[in-house]
Amino acid sequence: MAASPAYGEEKGGSSSLGEPEYGHDPASGGIFASDYKRHDDLKEMLDSNKDSLKLEAMKRIVAMIAWGKNASDLFPAVVKNVACKNIEVKKLVYVYLVRYAEEQQDLALLSISTFQRGLKDPNQLIRASALRVLSSIRVPIIVPIMMLAIKEAASDMSPYVRKTAAHAIPKLYSLDSDQKDQLIEVIEKLLADKTTLVAGSVVMAFEEVCPERIDLIHKNYRKLCNLLIDVEEWGQVVIINMLTRYARTQFLSPNQNESLLEESAEKAFYGSEEEDTKDAKAEAASLAKRKPYVMDPDHRLLLRNTKPLLQSRNAAVVMAVAQLYFHLAPKAEVGVIAKALVRLLRSHSEVQYVVLQNVATMSIKRRGMFEPYLKSFYIRSTDPTQIKILKLEVLTNLANETNISTILREFQTYIRSMDKDFVAATIQAIGRCATNIGKVRDTCLNGLVQLLSNRDELVVAESVVVIKKLLQMQPAQHSEIIKHMAKLTDNIQVPMARASILWLIGEYCEHVPKIAPDVLRKMAKSFTNEEDIVKLQVINLAAKLYLTNSKQSKLLTQYVLNLAKYDQNYDIRDRARFIRQLIVPTEKSGALNKYAKKLFLAQKPAPILESSFKDRDHFQLGSLSHLLNAKAVGYQELPDWPDEAPDPSVRNVEVPEWTKCTSREKRKDKVEKPFYSDSEGESGPTESADSEPESDSEESGSSSSSGTSSSSSEEQSEDKEGEEEEEEKRKKKKEKGGPRKASPRSVGSEEEEEAEGKKVKKAAGPQGKKGHAETSSEEASASESSSSGSDSGTEAPTVVEAKRRKVIPSSKAGPKEISLLDLDDFTPPPPQPVPSSSIISTSLVTDLEGLTLTDTSLAPALLSPAFGAVRTYELLHRMAGEGLSVEYCFSRRPFPGDPHMVAVQIQISNNTDAEVKSLRVSEPKLLAGMRIQEFPEIESLAPGDTASVVMGIDFCDSTQAANFQLCTHTRHFYVSIQPPVGELMAPVFMSENEFRKEQGKLTGMSEITEKLTLPEKCRSDHAIVQQVTSAANVGRVPCGADNEYRFAAKTVTSGSLVLITLEWREGAAAQLTVNSEKMVIGTMLVKDIIQALAQ
Amino acid sequence: MIHSLFLINASGDIFLEKHWKSVVSRSVCDYFFEAQERASEAENVPPVISTPHHYLLSVYRHKIFFVAVIQTEVPPLFVIEFLHRVVDTFQDYFGVCSEVMIKDNVVVVYEVLEEMLDNGFPLATESNILKELIKPPTILRTVVNTITGSTNVGDQLPTGQLSVVPWRRTGVKYTNNEAYFDVIEEIDAIIDKSGSTITAEIQGVIDACVKLTGMPDLTLSFMNPRLLDDVSFHPCVRFKRWESERILSFIPPDGNFRLLSYHVSAQNLVAIPVYVKHNINFRDSSSLGRFEITVGPKQTMGKTVEGVMVTSQMPKGVLNMSLTPSQGTHIFDPVTKLLTWDVGKINPQKLPSLKGSMNLQAGTSKPDENPTINLQFKIQQLAISGLKVNRLDMYGEKYKPFKGIKYMTKAGKFQVRT
Repeated sequence: MAASPAYGEEKGGSSSLGEPEYGHDPASGGIFASDYKRHDDLKEMLDSNKDSLKLEAMKRIVAMIAWGKNASDLFPAVVKNVACKNIEVKKLVYVYLVRYAEEQQDLALLSISTFQRGLKDPNQLIRASALRVLSSIRVPIIVPIMMLAIKEAASDMSPYVRKTAAHAIPKLYSLDSDQKDQLIEVIEKLLADKTTLVAGSVVMAFEEVCPERIDLIHKNYRKLCNLLIDVEEWGQVVIINMLTRYARTQFLSPNQNESLLEESAEKAFYGSEEEDTKDAKAEAASLAKRKPYVMDPDHRLLLRNTKPLLQSRNAAVVMAVAQLYFHLAPKAEVGVIAKALVRLLRSHSEVQYVVLQNVATMSIKRRGMFEPYLKSFYIRSTDPTQIKILKLEVLTNLANETNISTILREFQTYIRSMDKDFVAATIQAIGRCATNIGKVRDTCLNGLVQLLSNRDELVVAESVVVIKKLLQMQPAQHSEIIKHMAKLTDNIQVPMARASILWLIGEYCEHVPKIAPDVLRKMAKSFTNEEDIVKLQVINLAAKLYLTNSKQSKLLTQYVLNLAKYDQNYDIRDRARFIRQLIVPTEKSGALNKYAKKLFLAQKPAPILESSFKDRDHFQLGSLSHLLNAKAVGYQELPDWPDEAPDPSVRNVEVPEWTKCTSREKRKDKVEKPFYSDSEGESGPTESADSEPESDSEESGSSSSSGTSSSSSEEQSEDKEGEEEEEEKRKKKKEKGGPRKASPRSVGSEEEEEAEGKKVKKAAGPQGKKGHAETSSEEASASESSSSGSDSGTEAPTVVEAKRRKVIPSSKAGPKEISLLDLDDFTPPPPQPVPSSSIISTSLVTDLEGLTLTDTSLAPALLSPAFGAVRTYELLHRMAGEGLSVEYCFSRRPFPGDPHMVAVQIQISNNTDAEVKSLRVSEPKLLAGMRIQEFPEIESLAPGDTASVVMGIDFCDSTQAANFQLCTHTRHFYVSIQPPVGELMAPVFMSENEFRKEQGKLTGMSEITEKLTLPEKCRSDHAIVQQVTSAANVGRVPCGADNEYRFAAKTVTSGSLVLITLEWREGAAAQLTVNSEKMVIGTMLVKDIIQALAQ
Repeated sequence: MIHSLFLINASGDIFLEKHWKSVVSRSVCDYFFEAQERASEAENVPPVISTPHHYLLSVYRHKIFFVAVIQTEVPPLFVIEFLHRVVDTFQDYFGVCSEVMIKDNVVVVYEVLEEMLDNGFPLATESNILKELIKPPTILRTVVNTITGSTNVGDQLPTGQLSVVPWRRTGVKYTNNEAYFDVIEEIDAIIDKSGSTITAEIQGVIDACVKLTGMPDLTLSFMNPRLLDDVSFHPCVRFKRWESERILSFIPPDGNFRLLSYHVSAQNLVAIPVYVKHNINFRDSSSLGRFEITVGPKQTMGKTVEGVMVTSQMPKGVLNMSLTPSQGTHIFDPVTKLLTWDVGKINPQKLPSLKGSMNLQAGTSKPDENPTINLQFKIQQLAISGLKVNRLDMYGEKYKPFKGIKYMTKAGKFQVRT
């Protein structure tokens, strides 16, 4: 047995002590005598006064315990040694004591005094270990002693002892739950502790003893949030889970508005039209009701402080944060967890198993979150089956119209796997994809039909079952398949599959009128040998045929029913009797007979193939209950969001330093509120409803940058945040102070750009001439090219535009403003006060400074964007948008509020003859890290009107499209914005030397060189500059050499430098060099520029 | 939280049990054995099993099942992660974690487990601290112990648990101060039948072996930190510093540890260093099949590909294979149908190949699936993503440490579909 090696060691030990004969006894043989004797020898050793003998004895005893053998009869001999001087012996005695004290309570009491002495020791470690052992001895008589010890230790000077006290609390509670009240007092005291050492342990105690006493957390909430990052990892898990529950009771749902939309969107997708309009009404009503949502700063604090923990190496911590975000974060922010969860898939298979279960649940609710990581869920042949099946589940959940073809191609590989369980699951998955995505239903069906000729019976059987479900959706078109399947009855033996085929033939017997009776004939022949489930379906088939085609099948039916009547299984006998009464008219059979046909051949709704993970999210994610899909003992229900937020002031703490600022800020907040409402009265309800979330997200933006300060410097960041908020308010105040001065202008300028592009081309020419020196080259080329095509017509006005933004535009308010006045209701989120382009660019520089690679001596200043050609792209065509047409262009201005975002100007025109209401963006589906700053909702757009808004998108320096929905009050349009690579950057200014220096750093892999030939018309200086700047948002760098052009830019998100050099050699030959750390961007940029130059 | 732990070997014997609360009878493991029987392979045993009164959470490593018994709701990953930490600790202590090793050191194991959990809640899981509490056995110490009769229990009171840097033990002293960092990148890829890449990612880790005296404060910076897309850190790394400056700043634990693991963003194209040409044919009517594979270097940045190992799970219908390799050795196990070919180094002038025929079971039809080929390889002195460490600086101590950085690229889950 496996015992022998361990035993061998023991033996070795004992042989040195000269008692080998006992050591030879195996555990099982000759038990009584030798066991008794051997223990005798151990007792002797324990009684000796040599430490080494005692130690040897204790080691053997502990080995016995570990091995699972009973050593309880040694208790008296061991307990004597509790006061042994030798620390090693003592430790082992403790181990023994903890294991057996429960069984030998009276004797265990002998040791108590030793521990009580230990509790008073000057050394904190001895105090702690004494408390630890004392509390681990499960002897009810000493409960009062334990209680006393815990209370004392809870106010010990040493945090380590206090931690031990926290650990002791649940031990005592499990021993005697009557002590609860007293223990809660201790917990309350320890919760107030400010050390990280204690925090995790006390929250653990809280969770075990009094998870319902949420009121104890209020005062400690902010402290826990701030300490969180420094708590040890296990404590973090417990605290995060507890705070998730807490937040659910104390804050308002950040998605309350979205959740309404989401629901209706879902219904609109599946439901009938009737429902749709009803929903729309309900939604409109609820929208009207909704109140502006402002996230509680404490809620934000929690989200902010947990986010870095996604980077933890501990999978449990990552999962805890992920579930916190899933349950608490606003929808737009949940995406950040996807990357971390996908990372966990690299871990051990058990971790994968748990993570995939959770991902499966999340992917149903938030499909977009994991879509970018689709390929990470691809299955390898070496994965264990249970992992394969879970990955399959996730893949199926992620399938949508765009990626279904890739997924199906993957599935094709899986079907040929050797692992048959997995193949069966794949077939099920294909079925689910086919039901969910109508586009591929036929493809899937064809594929499955092909599988019917597979050699493996399990595969065929599974396909039959799935095909049956699919056919139910559109039986008429598939009588061929049904015929094919009818033939299979001869070969397939798997009962479930046979039953499915029979049901199918019965259900659609009109489609196969010739074959059905024949099948029945065959089945009647083999009826007695069939499985029960098949027999039931034979009876069903018989009944249905009897009703539709009684001439041919009457006798057969009677025969089958007679066979069934004497079947062994009573279900079948019952069914036969029931059916006979129903279909065969006799004088006794009542009215039901008439309806038999209706009963049997009623339209049956097609089955909905659903994920087994649907609705699992009512369990807290990451919990055991979620995994088992059943409530585990001690599971704390995740409460629903409250309708009204409870008083947030309960979390205010009187004096403590770390929260002072927050509370001050809060008070300020409250004071300022009337200010908001005042202005609301002025500017109408729409604006306030939208501007508030705006400021909130502003705050979140700032938090992500200021959140980097350590918890000790939290104060500072809080301050900053306050400031920013204030600034925000100031801005607003300014705006409101001159309601018709400031804001219309900024809107106006944007409006005009479009309007001018269309109508006022003539104005472009003369105005273009008044240009700045700086932009003169672009301008000249712009005016030049404006003649070449209507497409470039928009360029010139933009240049004008740019200028107007620099020179304070007062002269050019112009005639257009009148027509625009009615549009300024939907002012975009304060699109930077007018003369600001320089201000913003400096603030950009400061923002980006932390991110640059370059040394400080360099500090390249970001140029205000050079306005080259602006190309517009179509977002939603008039036809597709049912009269609503939307275009967008990259305005190349810094996006106000967030320098990492690319500003996208969107022009929406309403070509319908009805008013379009509540235009807004929803459900962005973004790759991880991408963010969207939505434009404020447009309340209404009159027929024929055009509105222009700006939204910001952080593309994360990738050219992946940002997908989102454009919603009106009736419809949702799926749209996507894909940035050309040249728009992902902003120009920077640098000197020639700086350029060279930077270029020197970016050689090797970061350098891409390409040769090209310049076409005739591109051989002038400004043509080249013009083309390059139109292809990419870059700034020109002065260059000494002739025939060499240099441009520099920085990517918007990461601020990596992009350096472009174009060397014009003789004739048409030229060489283009792009240096960038982002190789992908570099490669694409080269392509784009070459293309632009070739045109 | 965690009630008890049972260690079960491959043959289903419980060879160690440890209880942190009241004793749970080992009969609870019967449920586990049942599940084990149902799952054909050890890795298919569900990690979470629900029984009427308990929940069994298990991990399977080194051919040992570590089964934790819990009674109430607890995040399953919490337990699983902890169990893995236990295995890692054993490995750290004894070099290998095997049944024999655990049985030989049963007292140490028991003591370590006692320290790791208190009342089922993790107490000390940092191996630096544990090693202070309980000294790991070394040959020398075992000899000394048998003579003097002392154990491995540390005789000083450990202070690590009290310090602000709980991962580092105090009073570290070395005569040679050295810090080694290994940047190891693994390529996970699935390659299509036609040789095109279906998915490829680079996952990297930086493992460190730091033997420095005192309390050194290290900073490590990269030439191109933006390559790192998703990182996870050892708790010693200062997160804020990374966020703001992309510099790793940390007080290292003593000894071996994993400083960080990272993922290289999917946007960067992954260079696939090897290719496999394959021609595997099962003919329908005949009982012979053709098998031919060739491995060659692709984008290796001028480095040699070493330690190449090809494994492939052949379909059940294959009875035997007669193959000749142009280099290296190959084994086909007719029971498990696993083909292993130890190739060694790839010489670009003479590409290694393995050719021959397969004997198929007569009478049965040909298998539907061609086997997938799993590849192992190593490339020294290269981090395939291009990640480069810029510099390593030490603050807080006066001596000059010896620093070393090594790069390596390995195959992770590298699969070629055929």
